[in-house]
Amino acid sequence: MLQGYLPSILEGAIVTLTVALSSLVIAVLLGLLGAAMKLSKSRTAKFIATVYTTVIRGVPDLVLMLLIFYGGQLAINELAPKLGYADYIDINPFIAGVMTIGFIFGAYLTETFRGAIMAIPAGQREAGIAYGMSNGQVFRRIVFPQMVRFALPGFTNNWLVLVKSTALVSIIGLSDMMNRAGMAAGATREPFTFYMTVAVLYLVITSVSNLLLGALQKRYSLGVRTASL
Amino acid sequence: MLNLEVMGSSLPLYFGGVVVTLKLLAVSLIVGLLAAVPLAVLRASPNVWLSRPVWLFTYVFRGTPLLVQLFLIYYGLAQFSWVRESVLWPWFSSAWFCSMFAFALNTCAYTTEIIAGAISATHHGEVEAARAMGMSPFTLYRRIVLPSALRRALPAYSNEVIMMLHGTSLASIVTLMDITGAAREVNSRYYLPFEAFITAAGFYLALTFVLVGLFHLAEKRWLVHLAPRT
Repeated sequence: MLQGYLPSILEGAIVTLTVALSSLVIAVLLGLLGAAMKLSKSRTAKFIATVYTTVIRGVPDLVLMLLIFYGGQLAINELAPKLGYADYIDINPFIAGVMTIGFIFGAYLTETFRGAIMAIPAGQREAGIAYGMSNGQVFRRIVFPQMVRFALPGFTNNWLVLVKSTALVSIIGLSDMMNRAGMAAGATREPFTFYMTVAVLYLVITSVSNLLLGALQKRYSLGVRTASL
Repeated sequence: MLNLEVMGSSLPLYFGGVVVTLKLLAVSLIVGLLAAVPLAVLRASPNVWLSRPVWLFTYVFRGTPLLVQLFLIYYGLAQFSWVRESVLWPWFSSAWFCSMFAFALNTCAYTTEIIAGAISATHHGEVEAARAMGMSPFTLYRRIVLPSALRRALPAYSNEVIMMLHGTSLASIVTLMDITGAAREVNSRYYLPFEAFITAAGFYLALTFVLVGLFHLAEKRWLVHLAPRT
């Protein structure tokens, strides 16, 4: 049915997953940084973080991706000669895609993490400091374990949206599963078959993510009492 | 730094794009919402024969990328000769119709879940009181459940509307000249990516702010009973 294109599409699925996981790493780092800036006392830091989250969340992923892909290409090739490079530099679509998606979801995760940190009573942090723990210890021992629990529902949501937005990297020429399905569709004139295959693969990825993150949520909520009606 | 001349001279292209974007958004939101209300009622029903099929629909559409859905409809359906020979083909061969159809289905799935969640959160006392007053199921939904559920769904729905505004940018991939389409045109004409896409980003940002503002007004009008009292 897939006329031998299945291995190629599965390879593309690995590219998709790699893009998703790599951008998740960037997004988590940016999200933690953004949340720290938003909760800090410095007005400048707060302002920068607010501009970041507002602008990124107000502009479509596709526009940001095209801006970073084409704009980054131009900027690098204008900068490089000044730094002594003579050759034309091609921006790697993988890096452009990962950077963009990481940058976008960093903004969404900033809000998720900020909410999660604020949900932890300040007294607990103060108690930690009163015990003589350093800021790092307070974060690692007291804030982080609880933050995970509060942040997981929002994190799960953002991860699912992130996975789905990786389909866009095919537009800037990365050979993810969407891109490969397009090639197979062109060669065989059976677009429905191949895009349906991609849809099923995405459904598998999102379903498995749901299961895993649901189990994680259970693990981190072990000590929480819930009332059942 | 930025080439303001090109940005200024290409503004009419962008204004045309705003019209296309808003048309796509409005049509898909209206169709999606109209279909979502009855589907949400079914989704919240205790009868699994009614709620499961709707669950499957929302699960599939919320679990796959909008781009895949759009390509399945725009490129995919042409694979079948019975579609090409049917009376619907003039519609399904148009990028306009396919985009709106894909966007409407997508937003319908998300909206169904939002409204179904709000319906399930209806206080049991309200439903019991309505039944005690002798309301029929239809009257119960019309007078009690839906008016309050739709109000409670407003904040989540405003997020969905913003997501959909951003989703319409995918229409540029299937050749429509929306805001993103205009930006891609400007970029390919002048090779000025910063000017082209920053202008587009500005337009989207402005539209986002307007929509957020409108929803704030709507919440003030219809959700005032849930606002915190200070």
